[in-house]
Amino acid sequence: MESLMVVLVGILVAVATYLILSRTVLRVIIGTAVLSHAVHLLILTVGGLKKGDVPLLSQSDGPYTDALPQALILTAIVISFAVTAFVLVLAYRMYLTNGSDDFHELGGPSDE
Amino acid sequence: MNNILVLPLIVPIITAIFLVFLRDYIKLQRIVSFVTMVFVSVVAVVLLQLIQTEGILKVDFSGWAPPFGILFVADSFSVLLVLAASIVTAICLLYSFATIGHRHERMFFYPFVLFLLAGVNGSFLTGDIFNLFVCFEVMLLASYVLIALGGEKIQLREALKYVLINVVASWLFLVALAYLYGTVKTLNMAHIAQRVAEAGQDSMLTTVAILFLIVFALKAGLLLFFWLPGSYSVPPTAVQALFAALLTKVGIYALFRTFTLMFPLNPDVTHTILGIMAAATILAGCMGALSGKDVRTIASYNVIIGVGFILVGLAVGTESAMAGAVYYLLHDMTAKALLFLIIGTMVYVTGEVVVKNMSGLIRNYPLFGWLYFVVMCALAGIPPLSGFLGKVLIGQGAIEAESYILLGLGFASSVIVLYSLLRIFLASFFGETVISNEETKPIPRGAMVSFVLLAMCIVGLGVGAEGLAVYVEDAAHTLVNPSIYIDAVLNANE
Repeated sequence: MESLMVVLVGILVAVATYLILSRTVLRVIIGTAVLSHAVHLLILTVGGLKKGDVPLLSQSDGPYTDALPQALILTAIVISFAVTAFVLVLAYRMYLTNGSDDFHELGGPSDE
Repeated sequence: MNNILVLPLIVPIITAIFLVFLRDYIKLQRIVSFVTMVFVSVVAVVLLQLIQTEGILKVDFSGWAPPFGILFVADSFSVLLVLAASIVTAICLLYSFATIGHRHERMFFYPFVLFLLAGVNGSFLTGDIFNLFVCFEVMLLASYVLIALGGEKIQLREALKYVLINVVASWLFLVALAYLYGTVKTLNMAHIAQRVAEAGQDSMLTTVAILFLIVFALKAGLLLFFWLPGSYSVPPTAVQALFAALLTKVGIYALFRTFTLMFPLNPDVTHTILGIMAAATILAGCMGALSGKDVRTIASYNVIIGVGFILVGLAVGTESAMAGAVYYLLHDMTAKALLFLIIGTMVYVTGEVVVKNMSGLIRNYPLFGWLYFVVMCALAGIPPLSGFLGKVLIGQGAIEAESYILLGLGFASSVIVLYSLLRIFLASFFGETVISNEETKPIPRGAMVSFVLLAMCIVGLGVGAEGLAVYVEDAAHTLVNPSIYIDAVLNANE
């Protein structure tokens, strides 16, 4: 199961990299969203997939599953939600100001 | 009793939320935000005293003893940085009262500054590496907004680049965290250090360490600084100064924690890479500072040189180099804030950004000109100003560790810093004035007050180094002997 998850993470990272390298702003943003999903699965996998009982001490004999990766992922998901929402609004504002969502047309070095 | 440790994080957040409801009362927003910053500074001073008498402080949230719960840890290093960050923010707020304009103030400028500071303080104080990630994100989200606020074309473009780069960097941070958790099964920094010390730093852990190095290098502008000059030159001056003073410093702090506390055991690999990166950063920063024509570009590359120089201290790693690095960090926060405020004001009064097109400013604004002279001397490391002692101590450490190349590069960079800033001074402040007496725009009084206060901090850091020495030496001592930190966190209750 772990190896399957790792392959899935690999595929997601590949897809995300492809999207991030594209020219349209929207595709780049979708790419970052996919990228964050990949890393959430990675945390779940390296933390150990479900092997034991729910971690309620003295309710069963164990072994218990590690609950911490899920807490970490939950936090990371919330953060990636917030960032994705912000960046979508930013991209929309930029589309309104520039009339384009193509990185090449935004162009120009920073010290023009 | 140790609960006052959470105040530098919680007070700015609560005030910021409170300020959101005071949108239309701008005077009140100003007063409340400034008072908050002063209060946080006072808390930091109290904490600093408390650490001297009681040793390293910690708060285990809801009483979950480490390594199970999350916690805040305050040693002299982190509290010194909290203090400097809070003071600099308070002074930058004074500047923004006079210059930022109603449009920004009505768009929740002060709440976002407070959120930024909450993230910065949280990063300094947390003792748990996942919370470090969370505090980084709090800080970064506020900084995204502060870059984009104003909504000009160039701002939106740079903000988008900055956000995307930081999203990828945060992703790498999470990957490094995942591997770290998979390897050592803990997230408490002291516990990680203990586990790493028990198991020895094998190649897997060294790889994780290098991954962290890449992440924090991106955040600190160490070698991977390609995003920095662009995003530091588009927002309003007060925001630029805050960024220059705070954002890269958090990355530097994380690098110090990672490589003195968690992964200090394989210095042949990690500290060598750090040294090479620091040297390359200094070289690239110097080239950028020399080739820049735009005053803001020159100032941004000076930030990069400063980052490289501080990390020379970490790469060298002796106790005096650490003390030097701490001094230099404090100096760099105040001096870079003043530099960016002055540069921004120069752009404001002349309406020009290119060095050649400004001239003779000192005739119209004598005090302003001499304040620039003070910050220039401080950044070049001329005694008795604040940069001098840090440079001497880092140099001394480099001699002890026999890293003469780093030593040479570090001190050569001082000359370049002096040259690049002197070029602005000679070209823009001396010579025939381009502004006639009628056209002279007055510099707002609030702005002048903030310059003078920051200049006083710079002089005070240099002249009062003796008084600060106790804290800095304690900070350096803890950094060099991580067992003090580990004991204080893990074995405090026994």
